[in-house]
Amino acid sequence: MTAKMIRWAAAAIGLGIAFSTPLAAAEETATEFPLLKPTRQEWSFAGFFGQYDQAQLQRGYHIYKEVCSSCHSMKLVKFRNLADEGGPGFTEEQVKALAAESTITDGPNDEGEMFERPRLPSDPFPSPYPNDKAASFSNGGAIPPDLSLIAKARAVHRGFPQFVFDIFWPYQEQGPDYIASLLTGYQDPPPEGVEVPEGTYYNPHFINGISLRMPPPIDDDLLEYTDGTPQTKEQYAKDVSAFLMWAAEPHLDARKSLGLKVMLYLIVFAGILYFVKRQVWRGVPH
Amino acid sequence: MSGHSTYVPKTALGKWFEARLPVVRLLHDTAVSYPTPRNLNALWTFGGILAAMLVVQIVTGIVLAMHYAADSRVAFHSVEGIMRDVNWGWLIRYLHSNGASMFFIAVYVHIFRGLYYGSYKAPREILWILGVIIYLLMMAAGFMGYVLPWGQMSFWGATVITNFFTAIPIIGQPIQTLLIGGFSVDNATLNRFFSLHYLIPFLIAGVVVLHIWALHVAGQNNPLGIDVKSDKDTVPFTPYATSKDVLWIVLFMIFYGWFVFYQPNYLGHPDNYIEANPLATPAHIVPEWYFLPFYAILRAIDFNIGPIDAKLGGVLAMFGAIAVLAFLPWLDTSKVRSGNFRPIFRVAFWVFGVNALFLGYLGSVKTDDIILGMQAVRWAQLSTAYYFAYFLIILPLLGYIEKPKPLPLSINDAILAKSAAGSAH
Repeated sequence: MTAKMIRWAAAAIGLGIAFSTPLAAAEETATEFPLLKPTRQEWSFAGFFGQYDQAQLQRGYHIYKEVCSSCHSMKLVKFRNLADEGGPGFTEEQVKALAAESTITDGPNDEGEMFERPRLPSDPFPSPYPNDKAASFSNGGAIPPDLSLIAKARAVHRGFPQFVFDIFWPYQEQGPDYIASLLTGYQDPPPEGVEVPEGTYYNPHFINGISLRMPPPIDDDLLEYTDGTPQTKEQYAKDVSAFLMWAAEPHLDARKSLGLKVMLYLIVFAGILYFVKRQVWRGVPH
Repeated sequence: MSGHSTYVPKTALGKWFEARLPVVRLLHDTAVSYPTPRNLNALWTFGGILAAMLVVQIVTGIVLAMHYAADSRVAFHSVEGIMRDVNWGWLIRYLHSNGASMFFIAVYVHIFRGLYYGSYKAPREILWILGVIIYLLMMAAGFMGYVLPWGQMSFWGATVITNFFTAIPIIGQPIQTLLIGGFSVDNATLNRFFSLHYLIPFLIAGVVVLHIWALHVAGQNNPLGIDVKSDKDTVPFTPYATSKDVLWIVLFMIFYGWFVFYQPNYLGHPDNYIEANPLATPAHIVPEWYFLPFYAILRAIDFNIGPIDAKLGGVLAMFGAIAVLAFLPWLDTSKVRSGNFRPIFRVAFWVFGVNALFLGYLGSVKTDDIILGMQAVRWAQLSTAYYFAYFLIILPLLGYIEKPKPLPLSINDAILAKSAAGSAH
């Protein structure tokens, strides 16, 4: 009996919901998270001709650097990417200066010693914690996720029939919509009667529960925008979400502009082939 | 069909080659003079589309393998390196990941075309079984390929699917250990999956050669499902079939490009952009979309059947759902091939098609989700029952109880009748 139970437990872990269904169904009343679906926003990079808004990416980088990066790493992005085509469009000099603001351990040198040096454009963004243990220790047991791919790693289930419509009218901005909704979705105090675990913050937009350990990170007038963009929580959330989308999908601009050329080429080619086929089959009943 | 060859070498080089290795003759007989029924519709171009997709997958895959590192510590980052730093890497990788889905879309169209027009019936049984083998190999390649990026769904999908083998009594556990190279999915699993993922496409290419060979021996089926009677029923493959195939391949590429350029992540799972973590199980493990109907069948068996526990029952049902295809030529007792002449079969077929889509949907939801007042797992049981009933009860019986509509005498007759009706308007 015990052996059987252990085997079942192992199967339940390995097989996820596949075989644990009869047990799981009895135990938990299924609550779908997030409680609120993300709010759909207008994005410059949505649609067939969509491209990133350079100024928005620069503002978003600003927020990432001043706010997010104090807890979140972004290991896959390198400073040089900030000057890449289709990105925030910083100049080489700006990138050098931004990189040099932090240091990195390099070496060993000729004497066999490791040493600290200012970062170069070829170095990745600095991480706030040396390892996951340190990150978890500083954040009450939660590890702030790396943000390199977060905009592609979060998508709220669309459900039937929306997911069918999405085939015909692509919706690939689910990540930034989710992030923007999450960042502005905190509710303090939580609705009456809702118990929030100690050290967490109620947010009905959170994809994995009713609350999360990240405190509300942004508020109105938190940072100064020099280009006259409104300094609201919503605008900050939107700008940083756009930046995170770029970080996750840095070649989106190239993809969409190449896509347009390829599709036009294929459509014209298919048209020609259609007439070739008609010509070939002319006079051949079929 | 085969046997007679119209190839005549014209140049001196052609004659020299012909006497030593008649490969040009082979190609000519296969792709130029091969007689093809003149009434084929666009569904018959999916064989060509599949051949094109196999080439696309092999070419993009070989390039990806130049940049990919099959080591659990760096695999995820090497894929991201391809996406970020390799010239055109994002394009090649999106072509490959979406190409797998396109390959399956095309193969499903191809299979359903065969199901509807009875392309599995004599004398095409071997041809059909070779197709089932290709489909199985594709599933293995697709599954192993999905593991390579070493994301969360890669890791947990591999864990779930390799766990199936432990359901087999006595030898199941050793098989699973051998398959994943240890007691849990790890670096050894990734390495052997990469090796096999590189091997399988070439096995597929080999079986495709046999598949085409068998096709050229038996000849193509056609929408009327009747045998070719004379030369009037056929046209040469080139230019007739080629002009149609090329057109439809390009149309399919437009469909493919739609995904690659405008929604490259639609068919993937967001969790696969999170690096594999053996300590964190995703809330909801789902396989790639093209496995979902079988995943629904697997999960539908949540009860023990005598000595067979639910787990083994589910695995048997899932593999049985594919294996039953191989026996289809003998399960369908009707002498009439094309569904166009089989009024009851037609209804059963379309219900089967809708049922298969519904099974796919059921595979994507949680088993305790409520759909129209009933748990998803109960729906899955009903759908699974129909899936098997179609093959094991309906098709065997229909041959005896169904009265097919009269068949035309020949393809040419039918075409003449059609064009006569057309000009009468």
